[in-house]
Amino acid sequence: MATKAQSAEGPATTGHAEGGVRRRDFLNVAAVSFAGVGGVAALAPLLVQMAPSADVLAMATTEVDIAKIQPGQGIKTQWRKQPVFIRNLTPKEIAEANAVSLSDLRDPQTLAERTKPGKTNWLITLGVCTHLGCVPLGISEGENRGPFGGYFCPCHGSMYDTAARIRQGPAPKNLFVPDYEFTSPTTVLIGGTGKK
Amino acid sequence: MSFSWAKAYEPKHPVMRWIDERLPLPRVVYGAVGGGYPVPRNLNYFWNFGVLAGVFLTIQIVTGIVLAMHYYATTDGAFNSVNGLIMRDVNAGWLLRYAHMNGASFFFLVTYIHIFRGLYYGSYKAPRELVWMLGLVIYLLMMATGFMGYVLPWGQMSYWGAQVITGFFSAFPLVGEPIRIWLLGGYAPDEAALTRFFSLHYLLPFVIAGVVILHIWALHIPGSGNPTGVDVKDERDTLPFHPFYTAKDGWFAAAVLLVYAVVTYYAPNYLGHADNYIPANPLATPAHIVPEWYFWPFYAILRSFTVDFVLAAKLWGVLAMFISILLLFFLPWLDKSPVRSGNYRPVFKRFFWLLVVDVLILGYVGGAPISPGRIALGQAASAYYFLHFLVILPLVSRFETTLPLPSSISTSVLHGEEAEAAPAGQTKKRGGSVATATAR
Repeated sequence: MATKAQSAEGPATTGHAEGGVRRRDFLNVAAVSFAGVGGVAALAPLLVQMAPSADVLAMATTEVDIAKIQPGQGIKTQWRKQPVFIRNLTPKEIAEANAVSLSDLRDPQTLAERTKPGKTNWLITLGVCTHLGCVPLGISEGENRGPFGGYFCPCHGSMYDTAARIRQGPAPKNLFVPDYEFTSPTTVLIGGTGKK
Repeated sequence: MSFSWAKAYEPKHPVMRWIDERLPLPRVVYGAVGGGYPVPRNLNYFWNFGVLAGVFLTIQIVTGIVLAMHYYATTDGAFNSVNGLIMRDVNAGWLLRYAHMNGASFFFLVTYIHIFRGLYYGSYKAPRELVWMLGLVIYLLMMATGFMGYVLPWGQMSYWGAQVITGFFSAFPLVGEPIRIWLLGGYAPDEAALTRFFSLHYLLPFVIAGVVILHIWALHIPGSGNPTGVDVKDERDTLPFHPFYTAKDGWFAAAVLLVYAVVTYYAPNYLGHADNYIPANPLATPAHIVPEWYFWPFYAILRSFTVDFVLAAKLWGVLAMFISILLLFFLPWLDKSPVRSGNYRPVFKRFFWLLVVDVLILGYVGGAPISPGRIALGQAASAYYFLHFLVILPLVSRFETTLPLPSSISTSVLHGEEAEAAPAGQTKKRGGSVATATAR
């Protein structure tokens, strides 16, 4: 910024500092830096306004009564505008899930890791295929559950087993298990811990 | 602008002279699309598609602005405002909506022909690299605009298209999911996503219009290309844009608008999907999700990756899809042949048509329901797409023996090509003019 032309300008040139830095140079750098920081700070509200708003976050938990779900049945509910599958597994389905060797799985997890201790029969997952986000079939009776008895995604043929783990097809991951807790033996609070 | 014999603007009316002296806008228009812009005299009909793209951009902006006057950007109101209010109650609403729907398809159709014209005639080569790259920017903006517009009616395909397309971002490790949530303003497409898509869908066409101006400006520096790829040498090679090409563009636009009108009136839903007449339901996915036809080739590339290899298959698919477009930005440096026009490149010409067939196959695969056979076909076609640009094109441009070029545009027009022909080598060093005309 310190050009010869500027240094010939007048009063400002009289204030020499050490190292040849003039007062005007300092003012220039300071003013432009300050404006730059201000400009960047002004971008912040423009960016954060796009993140989920308070009303969306306010719906971040869902409480579900599961008393009426019999073994072998399931329900589809909503959490954060996404479908959630709550399934009461039969002993046979639990046995099938436990019989699978972890080394056969694309996303290795046991049924116990995907459920709560002592509540292994309650399988709660998002009903969102991890491939491209379709809703898999199989939560309601009579729907196609695919060859592994869990869920079948009609979009691109991803097949999930009775622990909702990916077994065949393009999906990379098991169906996502949201954070939830049993607030009573028959009530589940999904998203309870506030984390994802 | 580009040639010394270009006619200067001479205002005849005193009012025009008065304006021109204060704001030389009439002068700019005259030099850009009037008698002051000399254009090669040998352009064929493929050079009409740039102007046509401009015509359809205008149609989309005009119909879009009036549709926005009746549209409700809320998840409760969107579907009914489109399918109830606009289609049934608003005067001529059905016509405007169908015109906008099919206008998008025609905009993409003429743009694809325009792009393939550029690929065949080497329009991306020096000195028109920036023209080509600005054109690709327009194309990317069109894709974003088209996608967001398709979400607005909030039907099943709208909703699930938004879900799948924003899902692309979640393929990226760590940052992917937070980016997706930030883009949607929620965890799944909802009110926040719909309103921002509407805002951007209204904004982007004007951004496109701005880039179109840059595209034309960059084009008018070297001037329009032509089917021989030979540079303009003197005044005998050119005609003034007005009245010669305004007349030709006008007649051709009328012909294409006739086809557009037939589709809009008699088969308005032919290019659409019946599922989009079902209101969006976040709890049920349509059995067969497909994007609009103009995205099918890219959708096929996305779905071609089924096996994890170092990275997840899903991430490969998304990367390949993005790269398939970004690759085109490097085309001027991948194809180094000094001969521009495919007419004089016998080997290149064959591979060009293979690429056209390849993209059509990708389009078919992307639009059809998934099956093992189609996946294999899509994989082969995707592989060939990349092979064409990354291997075949550089090799062909290096080893091909090109045909003799005509010595000038005017001699080629006079059908003296053989007699007047000069070896291709002679024109190599001149650099010069080919084609890339969004507008001449």
